[in-house]
Amino acid sequence: MSEATDSAPTHGAGRRWSWTDPKLRSAVIQIALGLLLLFLLWAFYSNAVANLARQGIASGFGFLDNRAGFAISQTLIPYNEDMSYGRAFLVGLLNTLLVAVLGIILATILGFLMGIARLSKNVVIQALASAYVEVTRNLPPLFQILFWYLAVLAALPGPRQSWGFGLQPLFGAIGNGLNAIGLGVIGGPIGAFAAGLGAPSVFVNNRGLVVPRFFMESGGTLLLAAIAAGIVIAVLFSRFAKKRREATGQIYPVFWIGLAIIVGLPLLVSAAMGFPIGVERPQLRGFNFSGGVTVIPEFVALLLALVIYTAGFIAEIVRAGILAVSKGQSEAAHSLGLRNGPTLRLVVIPQALRVIVPPLTSQYLNLTKNSSLGVAVGYPDLFSVFAGSTLNQTGQAIEIIAMTMAVYLTISILTSALMGWYNKRVALVER
Amino acid sequence: MKKFLIAATAGLLAMAGAAQAATLDDVKARGALNCGVSQGLPGFSSPNDKNEWSGLDVDFCRAIAAAIFNDPSKVKYSPLSAKDRFTALTSGAIDLLSRNTTWTMSRDTTLGFNFAGVIYYDGQGFMIRKSAGVKSTTELDGASICVQTGTSNELNVGDYFRSKNMKYKEVIAFATLDEAIKAYESGRCDAFTSDRSQLAAVRLKLTNPADHLVLPETISKEPLGPLVRHGDDQWFDLVKWTYFALLNAEELGITSKNVDQMVNSTNPEIKRLLGTDGKYGEGVGLTADWAVRIIKAVGNYGEIYDRNVGPSTPLGIERGINKLWTEGGLQYGMPVR
Repeated sequence: MSEATDSAPTHGAGRRWSWTDPKLRSAVIQIALGLLLLFLLWAFYSNAVANLARQGIASGFGFLDNRAGFAISQTLIPYNEDMSYGRAFLVGLLNTLLVAVLGIILATILGFLMGIARLSKNVVIQALASAYVEVTRNLPPLFQILFWYLAVLAALPGPRQSWGFGLQPLFGAIGNGLNAIGLGVIGGPIGAFAAGLGAPSVFVNNRGLVVPRFFMESGGTLLLAAIAAGIVIAVLFSRFAKKRREATGQIYPVFWIGLAIIVGLPLLVSAAMGFPIGVERPQLRGFNFSGGVTVIPEFVALLLALVIYTAGFIAEIVRAGILAVSKGQSEAAHSLGLRNGPTLRLVVIPQALRVIVPPLTSQYLNLTKNSSLGVAVGYPDLFSVFAGSTLNQTGQAIEIIAMTMAVYLTISILTSALMGWYNKRVALVER
Repeated sequence: MKKFLIAATAGLLAMAGAAQAATLDDVKARGALNCGVSQGLPGFSSPNDKNEWSGLDVDFCRAIAAAIFNDPSKVKYSPLSAKDRFTALTSGAIDLLSRNTTWTMSRDTTLGFNFAGVIYYDGQGFMIRKSAGVKSTTELDGASICVQTGTSNELNVGDYFRSKNMKYKEVIAFATLDEAIKAYESGRCDAFTSDRSQLAAVRLKLTNPADHLVLPETISKEPLGPLVRHGDDQWFDLVKWTYFALLNAEELGITSKNVDQMVNSTNPEIKRLLGTDGKYGEGVGLTADWAVRIIKAVGNYGEIYDRNVGPSTPLGIERGINKLWTEGGLQYGMPVR
């Protein structure tokens, strides 16, 4: 760069090594700080390695291939004790992601509903929503997890006294009721129909929720292809509908049609194959139900607590966002003839999102991090399985804590990045 | 800036140096022993309402404090969960872990610890509700089982079920003993598995102990003992020989009540242990009469056992394999010579 273009009134000419030059000074300080930081990191590292070696403690990541030997109570991928610590890490990671992703989705839905309800003109709804917010966000999340786990779910009956759900008990009860009031003519056939339905196949007890497991006996890939095709067609349709709306003003019920395509296409395909769907019904055998799929109460308690706790905060964020949109906007929408629903959906919320999204990101991050509180009820998340059991059995604290930190950091940064991208999309385009 | 750099460097060097120091000197300088114990396990280590700790493991901490300070109360107890105990010892937060911990090869080697001895020979068992109508662990097929995270029990369950060709429904691992017990008591699991001594203690804490039953089978070897960090042999020797001193005292008939008379004994073995002949105590960095202080403060091994877990206590556990070798048990004190 030539001196001539440097029009700023600095000590441009000469550029000598001097502490009086603020730019140079700040550069020197920053480089020195950077070097110091590197030195500190190096010192920590070499100190740790030397100390571990002197005490004869194993180090390195080789332990990830060793046999884990412990059981995990919820596994989304196949796992048994013979598999490695690395596999246990994956199982724990998936459990953390499962509760975090489901929690974020449900907390968003509940939070939006509650936030909107707090602004309702209906006094009862408004009071209920206010009470909800004040109670949930003022109780510590750990307390809420323990409440659901020890006070609510633990009070459910044991496996032998499970509550069974299905059509059979319902119709059976109707049949019995009709018989009792002397309408045996109708009650009899209904009772027979109920008996024909078989035993209930959904059970709730203090070991969790037990549901039948469905699986494809054949043509599984075809069904997956049908689902994928359904999604693609639905997306194409929504684009078409948008163009059509912009061109002609004609409005399609995009959501319902899309849903119909995504659900209907796979249904049609499996119907064409003659419904090759197998059902594995849970059966009480010995101590517990075997077969089917069990949703463990640790997961339910953690999810409920995280959703209800976080939704309290989200409700306030949503309320703030909506109140930030000036009243004139909804008045204008009303004067155009839009009813309350469309006004909220099409005019107010899109503008409110600008205010809602940044603090919402923080809540998502909080929910993800709070999921590690599941350790208190034995939910096998990353923190419990990896930074708990694995750390204890291997003793490799530094490696395991570093990996756990890296995972939480990665999840958080990804969430932030995703929300940042979304925030840019909804941000007000200034003209 | 320069000053900061110098300070930071000095700090780092000091940190690197601190880890080398001898544990005994640190303990003496501090005026108290930092002892890691359980968060409350009757008979082994549990606090009363005045926060005074007692139990087999606690008495071992007190024995060490008595040997060093001639005052068994100079112990600072750190209640630790099974999950946190090893990190506390590795990091130097405690000098000694005396917390019903099983001696296993990986803990003795790759985790970087030394076990000083076996203060209680135990084995893993199962506790179950009587209403389940189960009489043996071989009938546990399909059961839900509660366990504590980070214990050898957690690993034994899987091995045992496999060896018996059984399948558990699920193993739910809790971070603390209290959480595991609460879950078991609320009916979340059919069985709770742990060391038998712990089951006996836990059963007493349940709302209605008579409704629960410890199954007769022992599925594993659980030798419980105190342990120290690698890298300080003098400290390791001190802890190890405190344990042997307790056993030798019982074998020689020295008790907390008669130790003052025993000092005048002419039995050469007693003279060596009590320091009237030779200066064996100096070998572990203490004075010759170190064992006298220990025995006066906490008694011999038999006294400690009877006081905390023996038949006259609520736990009521017979000595069994924890008898001295002279009486057909496994406890064997190495000779002071």
